[in-house]
Amino acid sequence: MNTNQFGTVTERLDRNHYETDVEQSHITVDQAAARAADAGPLLVRICPAHVYSIQADGTIGVMAAACLECGACLAVAPPGVLSWRYPRSGMGITYREG
Amino acid sequence: MNAENQSPDVDFDVIVVGAGVAGCVTAYQLAVKGHSVLLAERGPKPGSKNLSGGVFYCSVMKEVMPEFEAEAPIERRVTRNCLSFLSPTSFVNLDYRDERLAQNGTAVTVLRAKLDDWLATKCEDVGVTLMPGIKVDGLLKDADRIVGIKAGDDTLRSHVVVAADGVNSFLCRDAGIRATEPTNHLAVGVKSVIRLPREVIEERFNLNGDEGAAYAVVGDCTNGVGGGGFLYTNIDSISIGVVLRLDDLVERGESSSDLHDRFLSNPAIAPFLKGGELLEYGSHLVAEGGRAMVHDLTRPGLVVVGDAAGLTLNTGLTLRGMDLAAGSGIVAAKTIDTALQQGDFSQASLDAYTAELDATFVGQDMRTYAKAPDFFLNPRMYGDYGRLLSDVLYGVYNLDMKPRRHLLPMVMAALKESPVKAMQLARDAYAAVRAL
Ligand SMILES: Cc1cc2nc3c(=O)[nH]c(=O)nc-3n(C[C@H](O)[C@H](O)[C@H](O)COP(=O)(O)OP(=O)(O)OC[C@H]3O[C@@H](n4cnc5c(N)ncnc54)[C@H](O)[C@@H]3O)c2cc1C
Ligand code: SF4
Repeated sequence: MNTNQFGTVTERLDRNHYETDVEQSHITVDQAAARAADAGPLLVRICPAHVYSIQADGTIGVMAAACLECGACLAVAPPGVLSWRYPRSGMGITYREG
Repeated sequence: MNAENQSPDVDFDVIVVGAGVAGCVTAYQLAVKGHSVLLAERGPKPGSKNLSGGVFYCSVMKEVMPEFEAEAPIERRVTRNCLSFLSPTSFVNLDYRDERLAQNGTAVTVLRAKLDDWLATKCEDVGVTLMPGIKVDGLLKDADRIVGIKAGDDTLRSHVVVAADGVNSFLCRDAGIRATEPTNHLAVGVKSVIRLPREVIEERFNLNGDEGAAYAVVGDCTNGVGGGGFLYTNIDSISIGVVLRLDDLVERGESSSDLHDRFLSNPAIAPFLKGGELLEYGSHLVAEGGRAMVHDLTRPGLVVVGDAAGLTLNTGLTLRGMDLAAGSGIVAAKTIDTALQQGDFSQASLDAYTAELDATFVGQDMRTYAKAPDFFLNPRMYGDYGRLLSDVLYGVYNLDMKPRRHLLPMVMAALKESPVKAMQLARDAYAAVRAL
């Protein structure tokens, strides 16, 4: 994995401002559909925020709190694998620069 | 707000969803004409969900608010445009600097969190009701007519709804205007904003005062994936990142964050950023399909503007969306004003928007560059040509005591080494002339 003079992705995400929705995740993965389509590796490398990870048991982990709300994962996911919406009103990333 | 124009069966004459450039311009123009307008924005503040590379070709804004240039939170006036080819070992730049660009102020750098917030304040000044922190969940329909919006348990009614909700437009999906977009019509932009003292920026980029530089980079920054890198100067920060075409990114097995990092750590790029402090790491989709991505722009009671309508242009040298968003907002407001006066919100009435937009610079440029997206599918753009160029220039400047050759034989020799064939070069050059 590349890093640059500004640290790892996780370190960089720490500089962002988020209103974390602790009650609801705006992303859910249909694990069976994901397994059937082998969608894990694709989601892992498409997401610039490293929201997705492959767990030890082969399922896909989702760290929705880090999401940058770009929509790239939804655009590339095989049909039926992802349910992805914008976070609830006022929640999620708050860009201060943009 | 004008109470006379407000019929009792609606909460607002017009509901605009999304306080980006497209939504703010539409709402502003309608409010100025005396209509009651609600501007709903899902972010806690306008701009807080938005991100762009940051060069705004802002001439169009003079038509909306003459004070734009003087008052808007503009970062710098772009006076240096560089088109750059990047390889792991070379950096070839076409560096164009022009005083006239500074005088005209046609291109400025902006940060959207600041710009959109300012635009929305201007909207409020002319009477727009701004509701931030409201995510619109869907459209309210009456048979095939759109009559308002749904947000949580609330519904709000209007004569016309404007979908200004950006590239992912869930409203367009809800209206049946678009389904899943083909991935070659979309790119993901991954961007960092890096703080540096303004004197350092002016020194590093050879700028005076509020002048700014804009680099459009192809080649190694995407490791051959369709797309490119950008680097724009702000007052005391640098906006830098990559734009990656989704179909190619999927196909080539690359990771978006790795490509972003690869660009920032390229030995020709890293020195620009040295000593800087990361302010923000963000990402957003780019509508890259050009004309092929522009869908129906209307439904009975609904008008679509900006990225939601697919109005973005990547011409290789420039990436334009904000000016087209503003341009579409102006025309949409004009059409909706007429519809409100006539009380006719049918598709036929609103279709005047499509026709009029087609006649403005927005429609004309979308047509002019209709072949551009196909041209950029050409993988040679993202590797071979940059290498070819640097090989030729290497031959010019690396005076290694071997006798020199004239430029033409040198180009031919470099071509022979390159996977690009002379006929291909000629064909691609012809395609470029026709597409760009
Ligand atoms: C990396 C990158 C680089 C770019 N570089 C440039 C450039 O240099 N120059 C240029 O001109 N263009 C550039 N663009 C394109 C430009 O950013 C877009 O074309 C422009 O932002 C479109 O404006 P818009 O108002 O249509 O949409 P957006 O700016 O996306 O605004 C949509 C708004 O709708 C809101 N919204 C969405 N859904 C809802 C909902 N359900 N309820 C309520 N609110 C909602 C969002 O929060 C947002 O405020 C770039 C884009 C990217 C991603
Ligand atoms: S929307 Fe973007 S940042 Fe969020 S999970 Fe999907 S790819 Fe990652």
